[in-house]
Amino acid sequence: MLSALRKELLLQWRSRAQLLAVLVFGAAALLLFSFAIGPNAAALRQFSAGFLWLGLLLSSTLTLAESFHAEMENRALEGLLLLPASARNIYYGKAIANWIQLAVIGISLVPVMVVLYDAGTMRIMTLVAVILLGSAGLSAPGTLYGAMTSQIRSKQTLLPLLLFPLIVPALLASVKATSLIILGDPMGEARSWIILLIAFDAIYWSLCGLLFGRVVDE
Amino acid sequence: MSKVPYILLVLGAVCLVAGSAAGLFYAPKEQYMGDVQRIMYVHVPTAWNWMLVVIYALICAIAFLFTSNYKWDARLEASLEVATLFAILLCCQGSIWAKPTWGVWWDWDPRLTSVAVLLFAFLGIVALRNFVDDPPRRAIWSSVATIIASVDLPIVYYSVKWWNSLHQQQSSPSTVSSQFHFPLRANAFGMLFLMIAFIMLRSRIAAARLENEIAPPLEAA
Repeated sequence: MLSALRKELLLQWRSRAQLLAVLVFGAAALLLFSFAIGPNAAALRQFSAGFLWLGLLLSSTLTLAESFHAEMENRALEGLLLLPASARNIYYGKAIANWIQLAVIGISLVPVMVVLYDAGTMRIMTLVAVILLGSAGLSAPGTLYGAMTSQIRSKQTLLPLLLFPLIVPALLASVKATSLIILGDPMGEARSWIILLIAFDAIYWSLCGLLFGRVVDE
Repeated sequence: MSKVPYILLVLGAVCLVAGSAAGLFYAPKEQYMGDVQRIMYVHVPTAWNWMLVVIYALICAIAFLFTSNYKWDARLEASLEVATLFAILLCCQGSIWAKPTWGVWWDWDPRLTSVAVLLFAFLGIVALRNFVDDPPRRAIWSSVATIIASVDLPIVYYSVKWWNSLHQQQSSPSTVSSQFHFPLRANAFGMLFLMIAFIMLRSRIAAARLENEIAPPLEAA
């Protein structure tokens, strides 16, 4: 699994121009959301958490759809599966790499959000934890569906179609937790949303790992 | 070809007509909502049967992954489409009922939201099935996607419940007066018979298509 992860990270490092492009895409999306609301500072600040996660979600469809791109060329996936490594390890290697990538994008979008929406917070570590947990929730099912949709035509449409309904609870919990962190949390509610996120992650990281073997099985 | 689905279709239609007629003319008016409430006689049975067909789809998906028997794949295809149909019906009936009673077409209630989320999830799986031409892949992928989507349902339900809640308690024969029982039960069985008939007929079509894809009949010489 470690070598699978190392391979993925190496590939991502070599194609870092793509990561940068996705980042710019996410930042551009955040910029556009503010035009949808208008120059109302209070409203922008109130909805900033939602915009941050929507921006990350839209960016994730780009990175997840691309994540199996290298495997599709020259039927490299079949070669990978022939190696004495289980499909599960390949899955976890890829999912962790996607997770890291999404978390990097999410954390890099935070300063953009702070500048554009004036949505700063002192609880940086909690915010980072929420972004880590939320992007883990996106990457586990996203990697599984990425493996499916990369093998068929019109993958760009189908991946969001399959992924978006599924991650509703993760999105809801992440947005709630983030906005409580930004807007203040007098009742200490953020904690229960973080627990929900952890539960979502635990369920999908184990379930998708179990099912991945069947998906790539020929 | 068995005649069972056609018999069920007739039986279901009879039950549905009888139940709806009783609901419209025989059952007393509800105290607060008046005649609008009579939509309950189709809405609640649709909801029960929608839950049944979703559970059936999950069973088909698990059964296919364990047995690799394509009869489960055909049944999965049928139940996915019937579940989509019932979810659309539920959303329409619910909106018609909600507008006069709650004043809005839609509300972010856990049950409404769960139905809508699962509707979109199943639409995605139906689309996936249409995009994959290779039968084994189509069968495995849609089973995997069905399992993943069904696992999501309780999480969606509880997360939305914490988030916001207006929907009245679920109606069941124990929460409503006995005069409401007959139309509710008749319609529930009517819907159930129709649903089983739809699934049987649709999976017959799916099985025939699969046979055609794997071993097309030889051209007549």
